[in-house]
Amino acid sequence: MTPAPEPEDNDTGLPGLRSWRGVYLFVLGCFATYVAALAIFGRYFA
Amino acid sequence: MNTLDYIVLVGTLVSIAAYGLWRTRGRRDLHGYLKGAGNTPWFVIGLSIMATQASSTTFLSTPGQGFESGLGFVQNYFGAPLALIVIAIVFVPIYRRLNVYTAYEFLGKRFDQKTRLLGAALFLVQRGIGAAITIYAPAIVLSTVMGWSLNATILCTGALVLIYTAVGGSDAVNLTQKYQIGVIFLGMFAAFGVLVSKLPEWLSFGDALTVAGGLKKLEAVDFSFDVHKRYTLWSGIFGGMFLALSYFGTDQSQVQRYLSGGSVRESRLGLMFNGVFKIPMQFFILLLGALVFVFYQFERPPIFFNQTAWQQHARGESAEKMHALETNFAAAHAQRRDLLKAWIEAKHSGDPARIESARSAALAANDRAEAIRTEAKKAMSPEPGKSAKDSDYVFITFVLDYLPHGLIGLLVTVFFAAALSSKAGELNALGSTTTVDLYRHVIRRDAADAHYVIASKWFTAGWGVVAIALALCATLTENLIEFTNIVGSIFYGVPLGLFLTAFFLEKVGGTAVFWGALIAQVLVIVCYFATDIGYLWLNPLGCGLCMLFGVILQAVGGEKKLSFA
Repeated sequence: MTPAPEPEDNDTGLPGLRSWRGVYLFVLGCFATYVAALAIFGRYFA
Repeated sequence: MNTLDYIVLVGTLVSIAAYGLWRTRGRRDLHGYLKGAGNTPWFVIGLSIMATQASSTTFLSTPGQGFESGLGFVQNYFGAPLALIVIAIVFVPIYRRLNVYTAYEFLGKRFDQKTRLLGAALFLVQRGIGAAITIYAPAIVLSTVMGWSLNATILCTGALVLIYTAVGGSDAVNLTQKYQIGVIFLGMFAAFGVLVSKLPEWLSFGDALTVAGGLKKLEAVDFSFDVHKRYTLWSGIFGGMFLALSYFGTDQSQVQRYLSGGSVRESRLGLMFNGVFKIPMQFFILLLGALVFVFYQFERPPIFFNQTAWQQHARGESAEKMHALETNFAAAHAQRRDLLKAWIEAKHSGDPARIESARSAALAANDRAEAIRTEAKKAMSPEPGKSAKDSDYVFITFVLDYLPHGLIGLLVTVFFAAALSSKAGELNALGSTTTVDLYRHVIRRDAADAHYVIASKWFTAGWGVVAIALALCATLTENLIEFTNIVGSIFYGVPLGLFLTAFFLEKVGGTAVFWGALIAQVLVIVCYFATDIGYLWLNPLGCGLCMLFGVILQAVGGEKKLSFA
């Protein structure tokens, strides 16, 4: 049901992150890193 | 504030608004007015999305939240990156393929016109209230602290944003937001720098974090499964994801921002920009509040941060009691300050037994001082047994008392710039939705573009007037940033249910989902008032109920299958 993205937008135009899958994984990786860092930060100074 | 501060405040706000107006002069076609020129680059879209979401309550109230409750509020934003990825993959290509002006046009194409109108109506009600809060929230705090007239503050702020948003349209909003968010970051970084420089010389940044952590201000992640707690990892991820899905995916004030890009790529990257930077930004603002808390461990804070209200009370019948509270608090604060210093000295000695003993004594002293502050808050509350809130006044009190002139003007500019940028996005979306989903669709179908542009300007101005009028009548008792999120959580789940049904439940038709949405919205409102579950859970609840009732009513009613594909 979800239509495919427009063909000219397959390239993200970002150096090192050529595919959209790569961009989404990068954002997910940032999110996981933030949660882990915040948990460690809170524990360290508790 | 002195003359320099007022020059910074008025000069910055007026010049950004004038620049937005000048750059967008002469726009005549509806597409350009509602979507912009269609060449907005992704980083401007990203900043515009950030500026629309980050209202002045973010910068005025969130540090107070950090001061009062620590970093736990950051969990509210844990669902945002996940939601933004879903929107980039599912929502953006559909909106762009159908070439819609508003998100609710999609509901009309997928279901029917009554469902489109329901989606638009839920948005208009919810965002109309939101626009009033956006303008009221900073005005109540700033007018109280500055001694300005509340009504004049609301009117001046509302009028300025109304003019450039109504005249300039979507491009003016994007353009002004870019510069406003620049001013906001500059001001917040400057405040952070001054705050750190004003900590006692013997207290390093690491020591300040030790004090904040010891006093439970740095507990950012709560892994417990208690649904009655407002902020946990799970409520943040699941509840926050539904809130963010609904806000970024179905709220026209955000949809309009990323539809202003020239392609799917620009829209997606603008969203991903926020997926990466939203949590660090909120963390930074909350950390600022936690450090203001540390600062006030060594500088004597007011017993109640809304000093105007306190002094009014102190002149009344309970003057003696208030004076006694102040005297007791001063003594408790002095003892706390000395014991915290002893704790840090013990920490530097490296002797574990001495550290633990000094730490316990400091924490006990903090408990005594906070108990007196709690008593003062109860004395200030009109309802017996409840505490009055003063957390929204913490950061502005710090700014006015400890920042140098010029920087005070910059920080007050930050609060107003945030109010203007957020309200501009809201007004722009309210005007667009009223024009496209109501006026053009129901009242006048075949007019020229120029006619709809003029209508859109008038609707935008009309919503501005409504927001100002509501703000002039408003009163709030919650912490401002929490109140904004509570209103959003009550009204966001159901529209998201409408959109998710449209995307993923092909067999459900318009009539079933329409009635399902209405029943779900009533149940969510009842649930908020009748139970004490954390408000973030209302988002998945409203969404789930809407989808469930849609499926059940479809099965019972046997409506003909509809598909937009």
